[in-house]
Amino acid sequence: MQRVGVFICWCGTNISSTVNIEQVVAALENIPGVVYIKDYQYMCSEIGQNLVKDAIKEQNINRVVVASCSPRMHEATFRKAAAAAGLNPYLVEIANIREHCSWVHKDKEAATQKAISLTRAAVAKAILNEQLIPGEVGVEKRALVIGGGIAGIQTALDIAEAGYQVDLVEKTPSIGGKMAQLDKTFPTLDCSACILTPKMVDLALNSKINLYSYSEVTEVNGFVGNFEVTINQKARSIEMEKCTGCGICLAKCPAKKALSEFEEGLAKRAAIYTPFPQAVPNVPVIDRETCIKFVTGKCGLCAKLCPTGAIDYEQKDQIVNQKYGVIIVATGYDLINLDRFGEYQYLDHPDIITGLEFERLVNAAGPTGGKLVRPSDQKQPKKVVFIQCVGSRDKSERGKAYCSKICCMYTAKHAMLLRDKYPDCEAYVFYIDVRTAGKGFEEFQRRAVENYGVNYIKGMVGKIFPGDNQLQVNGVDALSGELLQLEADLVVLAAATQAKPEADEVARMLSISIDRDRFFTEAHPKLRPVETHCAGIYLAGACQGPKDIPETVAQASAAATKAIGVLSKNKLVNNPCVAKVEQAVCSGCLACIKICPYEAITEQVIEEKTRGKVRLRRVAEVNETLCQGCGGCTVACRPGAIDLKGFSNQQILAEVDAICR
Amino acid sequence: MSVIASDAVIKKEAGFEPLIVAFCCNWCSYAGADLAGTSRLNYPANIKIIRVPCSCRVNANFVLRAFQRGADGVIIAGCHPGDCHYMTGNYYTRRRMSLLKNLLEFIGIEEARFKIDWISASEGNKFAEVMNDVLAKVHQLGPNRKLRDSRWRR
Ligand SMILES: Cc1cc2nc3c(=O)[nH]c(=O)nc-3n(C[C@H](O)[C@H](O)[C@H](O)COP(=O)(O)OP(=O)(O)OC[C@H]3O[C@@H](n4cnc5c(N)ncnc54)[C@H](O)[C@@H]3O)c2cc1C
Ligand code: SF4
Ligand code: SF4
Repeated sequence: MQRVGVFICWCGTNISSTVNIEQVVAALENIPGVVYIKDYQYMCSEIGQNLVKDAIKEQNINRVVVASCSPRMHEATFRKAAAAAGLNPYLVEIANIREHCSWVHKDKEAATQKAISLTRAAVAKAILNEQLIPGEVGVEKRALVIGGGIAGIQTALDIAEAGYQVDLVEKTPSIGGKMAQLDKTFPTLDCSACILTPKMVDLALNSKINLYSYSEVTEVNGFVGNFEVTINQKARSIEMEKCTGCGICLAKCPAKKALSEFEEGLAKRAAIYTPFPQAVPNVPVIDRETCIKFVTGKCGLCAKLCPTGAIDYEQKDQIVNQKYGVIIVATGYDLINLDRFGEYQYLDHPDIITGLEFERLVNAAGPTGGKLVRPSDQKQPKKVVFIQCVGSRDKSERGKAYCSKICCMYTAKHAMLLRDKYPDCEAYVFYIDVRTAGKGFEEFQRRAVENYGVNYIKGMVGKIFPGDNQLQVNGVDALSGELLQLEADLVVLAAATQAKPEADEVARMLSISIDRDRFFTEAHPKLRPVETHCAGIYLAGACQGPKDIPETVAQASAAATKAIGVLSKNKLVNNPCVAKVEQAVCSGCLACIKICPYEAITEQVIEEKTRGKVRLRRVAEVNETLCQGCGGCTVACRPGAIDLKGFSNQQILAEVDAICR
Repeated sequence: MSVIASDAVIKKEAGFEPLIVAFCCNWCSYAGADLAGTSRLNYPANIKIIRVPCSCRVNANFVLRAFQRGADGVIIAGCHPGDCHYMTGNYYTRRRMSLLKNLLEFIGIEEARFKIDWISASEGNKFAEVMNDVLAKVHQLGPNRKLRDSRWRR
């Protein structure tokens, strides 16, 4: 028999000044099941909580209804109090008679009647409440980081620092990401390699971190605390343990026609290559598409030269299966393809380059040894035009509606580096707006104008005409309305950033969502910026939206902290209000499977004995760890086999009936 | 502000006191109703809220039962499309409940008696507005007689 205790709170005068408490008490006395009623000024106070605890022990009540403020405020408080007195916390129900009643109604009589009605509904529900016991799952104390740019590196280092194992999966042969390609970095102009490569080395030497370079994640199953992940380690054609990184093979390889990805196609590389000299790991890979041995079967020079016999042309991809407690996605970004921006002639002229190519051209370790020259004739430019917002803030189909956020700053940086190297070279920047919201950013950009004499022109470039020797840039000065024609030696385009082309695939694999621009979506834009909707999966860096390095690192450390929060627990507790299938009623139609956004329902074959015969029957089963308790499946179930614990059909109907009395 | 349609006014206009059941999702609309409370906005006491985890938890059955048992109007409120706490729940609601809307119209329950709306946790104002609006319309329509279970009395 259910013995309900009802506790009515005055909330000082917040409730009692509108709701007539005495009347509520009187009305509740007649409700079957209600055996104890108590009102008090502040139910949530220690004294109030003790009233609940004492009643559980002394009055033998086994259901608690608290008529007070919103359950979003104090449901947890009263559940804890009940648990402390030995009652299952899910046998507590709250009637919201403050936010939904005394605070929104002026008519005292109407508010009192409503408070009675809401409390009656809570009693009706509570009578049907069942003891719920949250499941517990163990936590695999190992983190997976996908992507080895500065975001992934920082996250991995932070998690390892806290004492947990980390596996970092990087798609390309080396970690470092875009930051490794940069020359100097705004807003301080320190050299990118000088601040990045020590971190890369730290990561390589850290005994807690295991690096899977030239690898990709191919499958993810499971849930927070227990992700099951498959990693494909692509065949490098070199045995990692044997290679000493001497580089003899790189120098002697005769197949040197491939364009270097790291140098943005401004230089060639061999078929056996490390992307850049400070690569981590410092072990080459063989690009099987351009390697003569793989294409024609002849050559094999590197194997003959390698002093440790590390070359292995027979090597196969290797599959690694591993369990993880958490996953951090740090797959970074790309620049947009400029095929559809014909007016800038990027594809047609070597002296029209992107910002990233500019980074390589000014870099001392770059293809020109840091001599900034025109790619066409290796001559020093005398006039350089920079164009901002190429494809950014462009609502047309070919562009991106958002601001790429980093281009204003790196263009100012490029113009300063240029003027620093060649004080006699003129620099012009076309811009729509200059956006420099960041610590020290405005001052940085002003320096470009005031100390470095960079000419900023507010306006757009209509078209670039490649001439015999120079490029004619036609634009408009939006302030004066004047048409401008500039004869430039080099044009640098600040191409928009965009999400990685494979972002969709990664999102699908992880069951996380992407936004309209295909960047990964955080759980809440303000309050949960590094979490995803999928518990245990976090975001770091430019894969979540355009970001500069300071922001990327901040987010990476934040993601690491969230991950450590999970890893530091021995057990995770689930929300017990999950769906449940009554298998005897389930028809096996599996309509529920299609509804569940968390893939929590699976098909199961059960054995049934009917008239002495054993039959196999298909039914649905809910994985309680995956189920988030939305209840969507319960409505889809035609035979009515699935119900939601804590919000069962019966309970909700009982509330409806109680309200409509 | 239009949200101040006090209980008293409506009572005077007729002896009829509509009863409206509002199913609100825990994450957005229930929180929106809480915000209406903390902001001391006004809506009439005729509206009674039932908390559900997600608007997609609402079975057509619950709505029919409310009408059967004497409700004069039913509201389902969830997060805005795209903002569902459970990613896609409110899309299911939208599809399922537009079917139910057709069915109710077919049975003879006026359209204005059944409202589906999206109210976020920050829209206390909208919550009060929607409640006032539905109530005003139901008030005009008068008591709901269709579907009502004759054994059930209110
Ligand atoms: C021209 C230019 C100049 C810039 N200058 C500056 C500057 O001066 N200062 C500044 O603060 N910022 C600058 N930036 C911005 C800076 O590049 C980014 O903030 C930073 O690189 C973001 O780091 P990330 O790790 O998020 O992404 P990325 O650097 O893109 O790294 C992502 C990594 O993930 C790997 N990856 C991708 N997909 C997968 C997958 N599916 N599986 C495994 N691995 C994967 C990639 O190979 C890559 O290694 C500049 C950007 C540009 C374009
Ligand atoms: S075998 Fe391939 S990788 Fe080695 S030297 Fe010859 S072409 Fe280069
Ligand atoms: S309640 Fe929601 S999350 Fe749980 S199994 Fe059903 S559809 Fe999936």
